[in-house]
Amino acid sequence: MFNYYLGLALRSLKRNMVLTALMIAAVGVGIGASMTTLTVFRAMDNDPIPQMSRQLFAVQIDNWGPDNKSIVPGDAERFQDQISYIDAVGLMNARAAHRQAAMYKTGAALTPANPDMVPFQVQIRATYTDFFSMFQTPFMAGSSWSADDDKNHTDVAVITQKLNDKVFGGGNSVGKSINLDGHEFRIVGVLKRWDPTPQFYDLNNDKYGEGAEVYMPFTRAIDGQLASWGNNNCNGDVGQPGWEGHLQSECVWIQFWAELPTAADVAAYRAFLNNYAADQQRSGRFHWPAHTKIRDVREWLVYQKAVTAEVRILVLVSFSFLLVCLLNAMGLMLAKIMGRAGDIGVRRALGASRRAIFGQCLIEAGVVGLAGGLLGLALTGLGLIGLRSLLSEEVSRLTHFSPADIAIAIVLAVLATTLAGLYPTWRAAQVQPAWQLKAQ
Amino acid sequence: MLKMTHLSKAYRTEVVETYALRDFSIHVREGEFVAVTGPSGSGKTTFLTIAGLLEEFSGGEYQLDGANVRGLNDNQRSRLRNEKIGFIFQAFNLIADLNVQDNIDVPLRYRGFNGAERRRRIQEALGRVGLSARSRHYPAELSGGQQQRVAIARALAGSPRLLLADEPTGNLDTQMARGVLDLLEELHRDGATIVMVTHDPELAVRAQREVHIVDGQVVDLAAQPRLVAAANANT
Repeated sequence: MFNYYLGLALRSLKRNMVLTALMIAAVGVGIGASMTTLTVFRAMDNDPIPQMSRQLFAVQIDNWGPDNKSIVPGDAERFQDQISYIDAVGLMNARAAHRQAAMYKTGAALTPANPDMVPFQVQIRATYTDFFSMFQTPFMAGSSWSADDDKNHTDVAVITQKLNDKVFGGGNSVGKSINLDGHEFRIVGVLKRWDPTPQFYDLNNDKYGEGAEVYMPFTRAIDGQLASWGNNNCNGDVGQPGWEGHLQSECVWIQFWAELPTAADVAAYRAFLNNYAADQQRSGRFHWPAHTKIRDVREWLVYQKAVTAEVRILVLVSFSFLLVCLLNAMGLMLAKIMGRAGDIGVRRALGASRRAIFGQCLIEAGVVGLAGGLLGLALTGLGLIGLRSLLSEEVSRLTHFSPADIAIAIVLAVLATTLAGLYPTWRAAQVQPAWQLKAQ
Repeated sequence: MLKMTHLSKAYRTEVVETYALRDFSIHVREGEFVAVTGPSGSGKTTFLTIAGLLEEFSGGEYQLDGANVRGLNDNQRSRLRNEKIGFIFQAFNLIADLNVQDNIDVPLRYRGFNGAERRRRIQEALGRVGLSARSRHYPAELSGGQQQRVAIARALAGSPRLLLADEPTGNLDTQMARGVLDLLEELHRDGATIVMVTHDPELAVRAQREVHIVDGQVVDLAAQPRLVAAANANT
């Protein structure tokens, strides 16, 4: 009977093209508006590393105490989201996690070996070898540097495929060198395109940007006095002058991530972190009880407000608009269906049960939803083009429409319209054939 | 075939209760052609809609083809209606955006016949009413008489046990009405059980038996059977 009902639905929709067009337009506009904002929301709310997001933890240590200017009054959970160099070294030396990596964003001038190319600046992530295994970065050639390279502050680097293409014209560049700020760094690995969105491990700047082009050992970057290109917060006390003074200050500028595969590991690391802070108190560095926190990737993104309040409100408004559109479509459907009450009465007289009439009208609503969904897809495309002109470039980069989004739009349209069609359909099923036939 | 005993139908509002049928009894046997007559508002059409399972009744008993229909749910009533009853309406009640064969197809779809069976029955029904050549026409392209013939074909296609006709010639001119009545008589001669509601005494005489309703009650159940041939001779 499905095919029969489908045929009847198409025939019915053709019968009154204006009403049909209005219904489809109502659904399409609502779907277009809601899917446009939903696409932006989903891009921002994306789990950037789903297979590991419950095992990777960002570490926070309160090294400022009661004078902490970043603590929101009444919200002790919210405090500085980076750590100091002292704590980074302390945690790295403790090696209390399955894997761990301190890291920061920096940069240098890269002078290509090709004399025809002019030097240019590259963004560098200074980190430890565990960064690559923790975050499961894909390698096109070579691999990460070794733990010994971390320990020995070796001049090694991992570069991105994009930089490899730019400087070496592609191919396997492992073993070649790049010159950064006048120092030669041996390339040990070339990363394939790796673009976690958002860049969860460092949300301070450019969280939807393209990330580093060069990775080098943290220890080597410190040796080279490569300053942070990211956020650097000193809570009003920059410490002693000079690089060494900066390293010994309580300024926070380093991100720290730990891999904790099991719940037991998480509990143990929490205890370790509190013990570490308590040790700092005992040693006289902290004058307050231990105040630390670890959050997994999902919690971290929520804490860091990766999805802005404006986008949430926009999604809410657009879905409210969809609701209004669906109410309009419902009214039009009701008018259309009740205009056919006579036919429904005849069908009932000829043996159609209420359930049969219900099924027939519901399929008609579904067809309207499908057509509205297709129109909505087209409008979403236009909406995204419009949004790209309004949003920052880094967010615009995310607003592409994936096959999953297309499926969501169609399913949402059919489901929502079918739901909106429930009342008109129920009314159709309640048509009293006797009354209709007497009236005729 | 159709037996109503002390049947009543009341329409209730908050302040008033109106009986459309009261203590209504009728027995139509298999193969009979019965005319139900009465003035406007007497309850003829209410009787027909209850007989056709389109409306519930308030009290009494109703047996259709030996089955008590009281207490049946909507699905059961719809199935019974589809399998055992064919309707012929005064206003034809063809579905405007379906062509002739698709109109006849409607009850067959709900019956669950396969495509080949439906096509066979449609052709047979159209042949019987002499409209085989019009199967692709839409109702608006047919005369009133032809539309009523399509409605009769639709009623016949499912091989119902009972044909219920509500003023079947009410919207037709004399010549077309005669053609439709001839067809009904032919169906009756072939064994169909027909109950025809009409307010026209001249039509009623062409039935075997006349049942007269006034104020929701049968007033003359003992009406004498008449031969259709005799009725024809009088017209």
